Amino acid sequence: MKIVDVKKPKTPVKQRLIRWGSVSIFVLICIWAFASMPNIEIKDTASETSRAIIDGVIHPDWSYVYKGDGEDLTFLMIETLAIAFLGTFISVVFCIPFSIWAAKNIIRWKIFSGAGKIVLSLVRTIPELVMALLFVKVVGPGAFCGVLALGLHSIGMLGKLNSEEIEKIDMGPVEAMSAAGSNGMKSFWFAVVPQVVPQFLSLALYRFEINVRSATILGIAGAGGIGAPMIFAMHSRDWDRVGIILLGIIIMVTLIDFISGRIRRKLV
Amino acid sequence: MEQQMASLKKPRKTKHLLTAVLLFILFYASSVNTKAYIEDLISGLPNMQSILVKMASPDWSYFEPIITPVLDTIRMAFIGTLLGAILSIPVAFLAANNLFSKWVTIPARFILNIIRAIPELLIAALFVAIFGMGMIPGILAIAFFSMGIISKLLYESIETIDSGPLEAMTAVGSKKLVWIRFAVIPQVLASFTSYVLYTFEINVRAAAILGYVGAGGIGINYERVMGFLEYQKLSTIVLAMFVVVVIIDWISTKLRERLV
Repeated sequence: MKIVDVKKPKTPVKQRLIRWGSVSIFVLICIWAFASMPNIEIKDTASETSRAIIDGVIHPDWSYVYKGDGEDLTFLMIETLAIAFLGTFISVVFCIPFSIWAAKNIIRWKIFSGAGKIVLSLVRTIPELVMALLFVKVVGPGAFCGVLALGLHSIGMLGKLNSEEIEKIDMGPVEAMSAAGSNGMKSFWFAVVPQVVPQFLSLALYRFEINVRSATILGIAGAGGIGAPMIFAMHSRDWDRVGIILLGIIIMVTLIDFISGRIRRKLV
Repeated sequence: MEQQMASLKKPRKTKHLLTAVLLFILFYASSVNTKAYIEDLISGLPNMQSILVKMASPDWSYFEPIITPVLDTIRMAFIGTLLGAILSIPVAFLAANNLFSKWVTIPARFILNIIRAIPELLIAALFVAIFGMGMIPGILAIAFFSMGIISKLLYESIETIDSGPLEAMTAVGSKKLVWIRFAVIPQVLASFTSYVLYTFEINVRAAAILGYVGAGGIGINYERVMGFLEYQKLSTIVLAMFVVVVIIDWISTKLRERLV
């Protein structure tokens, strides 16, 4: 019997060049990023503060959960959820024209649908918090301005993802309908819509999960919800209060994710 | 034949109707709760118009002062993602149920869920309270958050790998670490890199706002500009970040397309 000497095959030169090239680019970016880092200065109070925070999370201020005066955790959490729900609702309705505009298989001129994509990503670039600050100037501070900020910001993401869903559809039914002589509106309604509705709903639920998280911090900008009391408690170093709010947020977000995940699995 | 006809009947509408009613109730209750009056919006329209008019003419002289904060934002996102990616590797292995038993995976996943439930800005605010203002709390917040995302995506992808190599290596009696190195890592390396790039894209956007709570980057400029109501400058920042995000997304998408 002949024993064949097994050797590792040699990697082709081109592949090796690509590998070393990308490694050296990565190293260069690392050097750039770390070179101008500020010196790591840790405040003297760091360990004390972190101990106080952990202590606060372990012994949360249970009396804050329900007081009945509209300033307690339960009330503010419900307000946060309402902001997230209404914001998502608005964006789901208003993103539809945008997603059609940005879908390149529905709109015949590529430049036009490309422009739609640019508008959507411009909307996504403005952070929710900045939008909330802008809407405070328009409708005054309160939960409504949080709703508007989330509604407008979510159009950016939902419009983009929905337009990608539209681009993925099977064009067969659309062609069949236009061959049978239906007009654009009708073939859209009967050939495109049924193919994308489950995905649209699933994406809307996904965005709702994200918006619940966002709504918890919008209060920093005066847009209602749990954010404002949270940041006040942090500034006044009331860690027991921070602890209970943090627990409330974690429980709410986990619950919403669980429920929404269940529904989404049924949808798609 | 009759059975076939029965199965061709339209699906029941009751469920759809109930869903619609439920959604409407939620819609109505939320609008009452948040005091969402359309009149407020209409009476605020002149204000909105003046803001938009100001934003339509960006202040180009403000472009130079924000170059450094924009680069700082990218740096924060980069270092944070890198740290998060390194931290996520062991956590993802511990959470994958084809590598470890239930006693390890369930606690690991529980911790991951908690990490992902806390909004980034809150983590950043907590780290600012501990470490003081600057980029360090921002980087740590991003690292913490990225660890949550990458670990989740990675353990899900580890669970779908081909079990053949695993069984072969178990059969020859290899140690756990060697086993992971030669049977698991080669199978998930490409998707891991792709997840890290994807998280980096998210983090660039997220890092832009962290400065608002004192964690470094362009967020500090957002806060200052909004405080003085300088909408022309706001629009300069938005445009600059838009260009950065578009370029980074483009590079990252191209790289991810090559990987998968």
